[in-house]
Amino acid sequence: MEFHVNHPIIFLFSGILVAAVLVQSVWFLVRALRRAKELGMAGDRIKKLIISAATFTVAPAVAIVISVMTLSKDLGVALPWLRLSVVGSLSYETIAATNAVRETGGSFGSGIPLTASQFVTVALVMTLSIMVGIWLVPSVAKKMQKGMINMEKRDKKWSELFTAAMFIGMISAFVGFVFCNVSTVATGDFSGIIPVLVMAVSAVVMVLSGVLVKATGWRWVSEYALPVSLIAGMASAIPFTMWLG
Amino acid sequence: MKKQLSYMDSVHRDGRIWSLSLMVMMLLYPVAIALVFQAAPDGRGLLMGLLATAPMYWAVGIVETFTYIPMLGAGGSYLSFVTGNISNLKLPCAIGAMEQMGVKANSEEGEIVSTIAIAVSSIVTTVIIILGVILIVPLTPVLNAPVLAPAFAQILPALFGGLGVVFVSRNWKIAIAPVALMMILFIFVPALNEGTVGIMVPVGVILTLIEARVMYKKNLL
Repeated sequence: MEFHVNHPIIFLFSGILVAAVLVQSVWFLVRALRRAKELGMAGDRIKKLIISAATFTVAPAVAIVISVMTLSKDLGVALPWLRLSVVGSLSYETIAATNAVRETGGSFGSGIPLTASQFVTVALVMTLSIMVGIWLVPSVAKKMQKGMINMEKRDKKWSELFTAAMFIGMISAFVGFVFCNVSTVATGDFSGIIPVLVMAVSAVVMVLSGVLVKATGWRWVSEYALPVSLIAGMASAIPFTMWLG
Repeated sequence: MKKQLSYMDSVHRDGRIWSLSLMVMMLLYPVAIALVFQAAPDGRGLLMGLLATAPMYWAVGIVETFTYIPMLGAGGSYLSFVTGNISNLKLPCAIGAMEQMGVKANSEEGEIVSTIAIAVSSIVTTVIIILGVILIVPLTPVLNAPVLAPAFAQILPALFGGLGVVFVSRNWKIAIAPVALMMILFIFVPALNEGTVGIMVPVGVILTLIEARVMYKKNLL
């Protein structure tokens, strides 16, 4: 059988794996919804949670589609479709593919079609290099969760602070990242402050949503505040880039 | 008589089965392509490619696992570590959902809310990618239009602006030092950028935990 990166068989194999991942998500969703019902968690609030999570996901998911398009120029569509539907990301897959193609004598991004052997090598490097989480989570998740429960039994206040500190620590890294290019201002290049302005717009929209909820009592506003702040921030990047980019 | 498993125990049992099954399926994917096209991988290329890629991502993967599990919960972790895009999608989605529902991450309600949010997010992402793949020809010029490019380039700042303001304002005593430190590090250390932000997440988490513990012991919180 003659190989090419968009061969129907490769789509079939990718499709089988993507379908399995989809079934896993549906499985956990159904189990969690049943348990929510058993615990008496209000149905309408769960419905709003589902709508809010789905709305929030749309823009980042479209960005992932753009990543598939970017990688498809060298790898075809089927492999990036699979890789970005499972544990991958654009930066990781690009690094893995660049390393694998280079080591097989090619050059990623050159547009030269991959041979079947190169393609298999790239797929293996991509798969094996990021497997850690998938086997480590089943090994440690139960023990870690028991540890968290024991911590809460021993000291409830510290347990709550512990979780808050973890969230803050994660957020602090991303807030810091937003400032990583501001030093370019010193050289007369103001594009480095675009992410800072975008973050500020998103934060202001979130604050205004909170003020609106308090002033009017419209609790539904808070349910959509995060997706709206995300879209407002992204939209603001367009004029900011025209102005400063 | 068959022992009735608790919800949490069944989540761990199902999570283990799913994770290990999907791991085997992922490993079989390149093997199946190799068999169908009768093309063995390039042994030297594979080894050198793995040496150039795997050590860093394995190290990051180990640290991410221990960092994210307490925040994602069990069900959320089993799903997120298979479907990926944790820090830029699944975790913010779960945090936003727990915030919206007013539940704590380390409660059973928090576990359920996090699982629902991440499962919905995974399903929506998978479906959107499928649509993107089916419609790749007409969509490519639209989504790659220069006018839209800045919006998609700024997803992380747009995401963490809204999320950050909620958590920083609520925990400002804990937040000031790590946020200031990370800003200084990212401004003055050239090696810190989009490619290395994932490595800085565990650093930020560990520093914030130490700071919070010290403040808590000194009754400052």
